[in-house]
Amino acid sequence: MSQQPLVTLQNVGKTFGPVTVIKDVTVSVYAGKVQVLLGENGAGKSTLIKMMAGVYQPDAGHIVVDGQTVTLPTTRAAEELGIATIHQELNLVPTMSIAENVMLGRMPTKRGMVDRSALRNRARAALALIGLDVDVDTLVGDLGIARQQLVEIAKALSINARILILDEPTAALTRHETESLFAVMADLRRRGVGMLFISHHLDEIAEVGDTVTVLRDGEFIAEVPASTPEDDLVKLMVGRSIEDQFPRVTGDMSQASEILTVDRLTAAGSFDDISFTVKAGEVLGIAGLVGAGRTELIRAIAGVDRYTSGTVAVRGRYLPNGSISAAIAAGIGHVPEDRKGQGLVLDASVNDNLGYATLASTAKLGLVDFAGQRSRAGEVAKKLRIRMHTIDQPIGALSGGNQQKAVFGRWIIAASTVLLLDEPTRGVDVGAKVEIYELMNAITAAGGAILMVSSELPEILGMSDRILVMRDGRLAGELTAAEATQDAVMTLAARDVDEKHEQR
Amino acid sequence: MSTTTLPAKRRGIDYKKFLANNGALVGLVVLCLALFIATPDFLTAQNLLNIGIQVSTVAVLAFGMTFVIVAGGIDLSVGAVAALSAMSSGWMFASAGLPGWLALLGGLFVGALAGTINGLANAYGKLPSFIATLAMLSVARGLTLVISDGRPISTPAEVSFLGGNLGPVPMPIVILVLSALAASFLLNRTVIGRSMYAVGGNAEAARLSGLPVKRILVTVFALAGLFAALAGLLLAGRLDSAQPQAAAGYELDAIAAVVIGGASLSGGLGKISGTFVGALVLVVIRNGLNLLNVTSFWQQVVIGLVIALAVGVDVLRRKTRSS
Repeated sequence: MSQQPLVTLQNVGKTFGPVTVIKDVTVSVYAGKVQVLLGENGAGKSTLIKMMAGVYQPDAGHIVVDGQTVTLPTTRAAEELGIATIHQELNLVPTMSIAENVMLGRMPTKRGMVDRSALRNRARAALALIGLDVDVDTLVGDLGIARQQLVEIAKALSINARILILDEPTAALTRHETESLFAVMADLRRRGVGMLFISHHLDEIAEVGDTVTVLRDGEFIAEVPASTPEDDLVKLMVGRSIEDQFPRVTGDMSQASEILTVDRLTAAGSFDDISFTVKAGEVLGIAGLVGAGRTELIRAIAGVDRYTSGTVAVRGRYLPNGSISAAIAAGIGHVPEDRKGQGLVLDASVNDNLGYATLASTAKLGLVDFAGQRSRAGEVAKKLRIRMHTIDQPIGALSGGNQQKAVFGRWIIAASTVLLLDEPTRGVDVGAKVEIYELMNAITAAGGAILMVSSELPEILGMSDRILVMRDGRLAGELTAAEATQDAVMTLAARDVDEKHEQR
Repeated sequence: MSTTTLPAKRRGIDYKKFLANNGALVGLVVLCLALFIATPDFLTAQNLLNIGIQVSTVAVLAFGMTFVIVAGGIDLSVGAVAALSAMSSGWMFASAGLPGWLALLGGLFVGALAGTINGLANAYGKLPSFIATLAMLSVARGLTLVISDGRPISTPAEVSFLGGNLGPVPMPIVILVLSALAASFLLNRTVIGRSMYAVGGNAEAARLSGLPVKRILVTVFALAGLFAALAGLLLAGRLDSAQPQAAAGYELDAIAAVVIGGASLSGGLGKISGTFVGALVLVVIRNGLNLLNVTSFWQQVVIGLVIALAVGVDVLRRKTRSS
């Protein structure tokens, strides 16, 4: 790499009060290359990209763009130098059209009025840059998350971005959508755009990246080629080798009894005629594309949404349709896919969040059992190694992995024996992922049953004892752990799927 | 963002935090000191009792409002429901011939019923609380006029007792203290109270954790209606009659008191003690401005500025909390 980098963060450092977040890190982005930033949550990745995007100023070191030392006091200054960030939370207005979003803040005008035809033309030109073929009058809110992301990229390119910072762009995408994003990235690379790419999916690194910068605890650890084996990357990232990314331990299930029985369950428009059982000690994985009805199925079993026909039974007792409290009383615990939106009250304390499911059942004469709740919460937090300052801290301040452990902890306090997990490790770093897997082992070893929906195939393959594949709201097939491979699952999941399901 | 100066700012942040968490109380103390210096009429037993009586109506309304705001809603109907409850009580006594104590309980029942309807419309009818209670404001005020034909109705002795004295202490102050204790106990110690915070913080997470969110919301609005009825009866008791235009606009005072007291309009935050301080701030400002012979026109301007200041503090609090 003898060419001059587009942008370099040179020996930068950053402290917040007494805490050093970044110490002496150097990272460069080259034209036509994808630089991958790798590190656990809290390693300093987001602080680093915020320095590059003009959100934070480095306390030490400097920023070099095209060989010139620059300061980036605002995001606007960074944009003017061609640096654009595609955030995880997209900066689009869902109630406005694609054209208006792409041209937001620089609407073409004619005699003080918005020039609608120029607006459309320039937006179309922007979408053409990445080969996105959609009507520019479509409301952004009507697009799926993948296409919204592409709109955001088109918007960045239309203001002449040469350096794209992509902060976990694949976190919310299906495998298929990820592949189309990678195709766009490959095209941009050919056209000389430099990219800084962040992802928790190790398997994506070799596929899309050129070079990997590994960070740990705010420090530069190594720069290695993207073709480095995953195990080595994990070792660099966590500072120790994680023996097994998927430490599934399966007990002997020949004598195990059926705990969860789902029979011909149907919810019009979501899923149709689903039957299966889960035994004590078993992890049953549900694979499928987004929109295949997996989340809807889990929610129906948990009593969150009503179903049209069929039955759900726990230990032979039928559950009433659409009753969360009856499901909880029968031993069901539901870990929803959207931790922040559905799992936690972010402003409330860790203690409160751990106790919501047991608030009423442990109360005496309608009065909250504060002392008992504290001791139960403290015990579980310790057992699950939830890292926090105090148990009265707002849970929103914890890392994703620790937040997720708290959602599990709520059901452990409730002594749930059937756990319904929806994307249990989304947005969780490698170390915490393994802790969650070990927790799943502990739950099944104690005779619990787990039903897990996940879009991460390695997780499904690595942690399930049996795998159901859903396609278009129906069961497409069942695989044992032994016979399941990525290809086998995807063949079942994707056969005959037309575009409309992909867009969701 | 001048983050380079952060270490030097540390003390500033702590100071800000203190102000943010106790802003209303500090404001109240400063206000009282200023009035004490400005006018000898402020710190007299008579004036303090006056303040106590005046704050009782606003505070009791605002306690009910605190439940609603903590649970993430708003109740615009409390003033009208207060008037309707008092008027119903008067009607039950004067026209329907019920015994006074039954008419008093009937008034409270009408308030709770109106609140329950608000709650049902919000939780099951899916109307935003702003709309549901705006509708109730109009309906309740209209019914008050229908029942009374636009004229005051005299209330039973049992209601007048609420506006009288218990020994040397005015009854409104006794009611105020009792309802503050009850509201605080409910919000802090009971399952339903703690659930309100969860529902206001994130209703979906509360629901998925098995909390009966809809029933909680109905209870919350029913309580707001009940407290509104009590405030309405207090007001009627002081005048020995239910007035058709009683408590008009009081819902805004109640909301202001809750917000000044540190609750967040986005839900999940708020305390009865804060609301009490917030109500005192409003009443003390009015009382002080009266003593200083400031016209009621200017009083409105000052109250408006105080509300803006209080919400500014609310914003500041979130900022310090998130950083």
